[in-house]
Amino acid sequence: MAFKVTIDGKMAEVPEGTTVLEAARMLNITIPTLCHHPKLTPFGGCRLCIVEIKGIPRPVTSCTTPVNDGMEVTTSTPQIEDLRKTVLELILSDHPNDCMICERAGDCTLQEMAYIYGVRENRFEGERRTYEKKDGNPFIERDMEKCILCGRCVKVCDEVQGVGAIDFAYRGFQSKICPPYEKDLNCEFCGQCVSVCPTGALSGKMWSRLGRQKDVKEVDTTCAYCGTGCNITLHVKGNDVIRVTSKEDTWNEGWLCVKGRFGYQFINSPDRLKKPLIRITPKDQSNPPFTHFAKGGHGGITRSQFKEVSWNEALDHISGRLTEIKAKHGADAIGGLSSARCTNEENYAFQKMIRAAVGANNVDHCARL
Amino acid sequence: MNKRITIQVCMGTGGMAAGGAEVLATFESLMKEKNIPAEFKKECSMHKVGCRGLCARDVLVDVIAGDNRTTYQYIKPDMVQRIIDEHVVAGNPVSDWQVTDDYHKFHEKQIKVVLSDCGNIDPEDIGAYIAAEGYKAIDKVFNAMSPEAVIDMIKKSGLRGRGGAGFPTGVKWEACRKAPGDRKYIICNADEGDPGAFMDRAVIEGNPHAVLEGMVIGAYAIGATKGYVYIRAEYPLAVERLKKAIKAAGERGYLGKNIFNKGFDFDIKIKLGAGAFVCGEETALIASIEGQRGMPRAKPPFPVHHGLWGKPTVINNVETLANIPYIIKRGPEWFSSYGTEKSKGTKVFALTGKVKNTGLIEVPMGITLKEIIYDIGGGIENNKKLKAVQTGGPSGGCITGDMLDINVDYESLAKVGSIVGSGGMIVLDEDDCMVNVAKYFLNFTQSESCGKCVPCRIGTKRLLEILDRITKGLGKESDIDLLLKLSGDIKSASLCGLGQTAPNPVLSTIKYFREEYEAHIKDKQCPAKVCRDLLTYSILEDFCKGCGACMRACPAGAIKGEKKKPHVINAGACIKCGSCFDVCKFKAVSRG
Repeated sequence: MAFKVTIDGKMAEVPEGTTVLEAARMLNITIPTLCHHPKLTPFGGCRLCIVEIKGIPRPVTSCTTPVNDGMEVTTSTPQIEDLRKTVLELILSDHPNDCMICERAGDCTLQEMAYIYGVRENRFEGERRTYEKKDGNPFIERDMEKCILCGRCVKVCDEVQGVGAIDFAYRGFQSKICPPYEKDLNCEFCGQCVSVCPTGALSGKMWSRLGRQKDVKEVDTTCAYCGTGCNITLHVKGNDVIRVTSKEDTWNEGWLCVKGRFGYQFINSPDRLKKPLIRITPKDQSNPPFTHFAKGGHGGITRSQFKEVSWNEALDHISGRLTEIKAKHGADAIGGLSSARCTNEENYAFQKMIRAAVGANNVDHCARL
Repeated sequence: MNKRITIQVCMGTGGMAAGGAEVLATFESLMKEKNIPAEFKKECSMHKVGCRGLCARDVLVDVIAGDNRTTYQYIKPDMVQRIIDEHVVAGNPVSDWQVTDDYHKFHEKQIKVVLSDCGNIDPEDIGAYIAAEGYKAIDKVFNAMSPEAVIDMIKKSGLRGRGGAGFPTGVKWEACRKAPGDRKYIICNADEGDPGAFMDRAVIEGNPHAVLEGMVIGAYAIGATKGYVYIRAEYPLAVERLKKAIKAAGERGYLGKNIFNKGFDFDIKIKLGAGAFVCGEETALIASIEGQRGMPRAKPPFPVHHGLWGKPTVINNVETLANIPYIIKRGPEWFSSYGTEKSKGTKVFALTGKVKNTGLIEVPMGITLKEIIYDIGGGIENNKKLKAVQTGGPSGGCITGDMLDINVDYESLAKVGSIVGSGGMIVLDEDDCMVNVAKYFLNFTQSESCGKCVPCRIGTKRLLEILDRITKGLGKESDIDLLLKLSGDIKSASLCGLGQTAPNPVLSTIKYFREEYEAHIKDKQCPAKVCRDLLTYSILEDFCKGCGACMRACPAGAIKGEKKKPHVINAGACIKCGSCFDVCKFKAVSRG
């Protein structure tokens, strides 16, 4: 069923269940929000999206109110704008005034709102929450003094990730978002919470002070970690990737896992293999490499045991050895193990090669991410 | 001794605290010793004591010999022997300990519906409730009424929600009945959290079966198969009696499968609250039952359409539900014969503060405030001047001493900026500072805010900070305007009822007592001499006899002086505790 709604004099027809905020956005009408996230269930906490609806005596939050047929909405009146400014001042009265050193300066929704509403003086100066303890986890910086309790992180963790590692605790002014018993975060570290935080409360530890948003060049690419192929955006400063994000309009809806979001240091790592290597010293049979890997070592392998070759040389070497082994021991002496970091197509081609070209059925895949 | 003797001992929370259990035990053992056949009733004193007079007069004991009821007050175990010897055995009531006239006067203007059985029956004995016509309403409903007829009757009675908002109960039931859903719920809201309010507690402690009966009727009317009582864990006696009542009702077939062989199943579960005031708000309460953090959500959708586990749900307050059986039994016309045009029936209030007879009262809607305070309450303690009456707790407002002819009903109180609320009524006298009163309530609401929405979480904190600096003499001239502005914005922009009403105590005290705010801000004076930071203590040389009482009482060692010579307070060391003022017999300590 379609409902007719008029917002600021513009008419729209929207499906049942559409919220006033969604309808307004369809009409390109801007309503300010802080706690709203299009992919999460409405929260209604920041109160910035309040609008006037004809027939309802008090302002209502557009993010939580479903459109009714014939609804007439006004998104901006002097009274509404005044309330929004009060709300912003209240939020800022309990927020560190340290945009000059904040990671998110220039990319912060709260800062943007303060800019739009011209909040410089604050009528409501008072006590601020202060937290001395920092979270000891390796990935996510949690600066809870900057938290505006929009609840997005709680929702993404629960609704999208299904983890529920954090929630609201305490009451009143002392309310805060924390892991159970205020321990250090101990979760999957997917960083979805970081991606939805509208302020500098949550950020990646590894990109701390490496560069703000205005200094980076964004490069869209595909995550190479697994066959899922999430679309990612590399934030490049100079020649270094300093951060990875994903955009909301991608097929993975902007969601990433811990590897995609935080596992990008290999790109600039000196250990990274950029050319094929061929072993030049014989394998040490008494010291099989896998046992060393299991113990956390590198199997006694050093770079000096290998020589860099071109792809042609490497492929010649492989086909030569495969042919040799097959002739000597038969096809069943050969097995193939491919990588989950390859695409489905690559994996298909690989198994085809083992089965058709080599003639063995010993083929597997390391789907162990 | 030939008459049947019944002894009733108050055993509500108030009675228990005053030693009711010991008094009853003493009666039991002494009567046994003397081999006197008496029937003992444990009785819910909270109601009865509240209704009859003062919780402060506990333990109240009734000795009923035949038709003669004698009520004793302030009874302690060591007084029991004499009552037995003189009254029970010899037949001469002990006149020294009987209640006085004001005790009876306390009752004259009260009309008891919800409290009618409280204090007369043993709340832990379902037989006593049945003997007092209990569960007759269920009988009538199940055998002679359709759900629609029940809803019609409740609508006709004009009953409105007693939890504070005053929404018509019948209309709510009807909406839930009509809402599509394969499963429906009825919830009794017993999360009574207002400071100074104990109406719901008293009803559950005194007559839990009336609440259960109301729930069964409500469930039948809306088509619910499961009910919850959401009750504070801080009410252990009420919880215990409720548990016993649910068990007993189940055993008698008033709850459970196939009630009255009508193919209707209904069960009630108790859910204990964890002490959050906001869980009295219905959407937060639902979240809490579901195991979520008690945070309200935006309405609509309302719980009657989308409630517990997403199913249509009715949430009624304890007192609302306790009214239901009486309306069914006596008819909607009887109920609506009490009250005003728009506010029908009676309302239970917890009368507290500076009034002589504090306690629980039940009055018809529309009674004047004057009648409540002077006729029922017996006037102001120590004959001081009445300053204001605070109704509706932290969501309510003040009514000034010169507005006493106001009718106590939903509309009249709302007109003057207060509310009926759940029924707290705090009487304030000339010694109460209105800025401090506002600060007290704001301190409560700001710490009980769930933290979800900004105006409530931060706004109430800022209101409290402004009030705090005013009471410390640090207020600025612009602070009153700032309080008004911020209060208005919090009311408009907050998510739920808690935030929308939290500024009421501020707005109402500014409206009626602005000059007190101004005295604090401009003159740095607290007219009621309450705000410690604005007080200075000094000793009047002419009155001081040099007795040294103040010097001994001073915890800060701020008073010096030789014997029989005027003493002096060192203002720098004085912590303004007022001990010297309290102990001086010669009125030589001045406070200003």
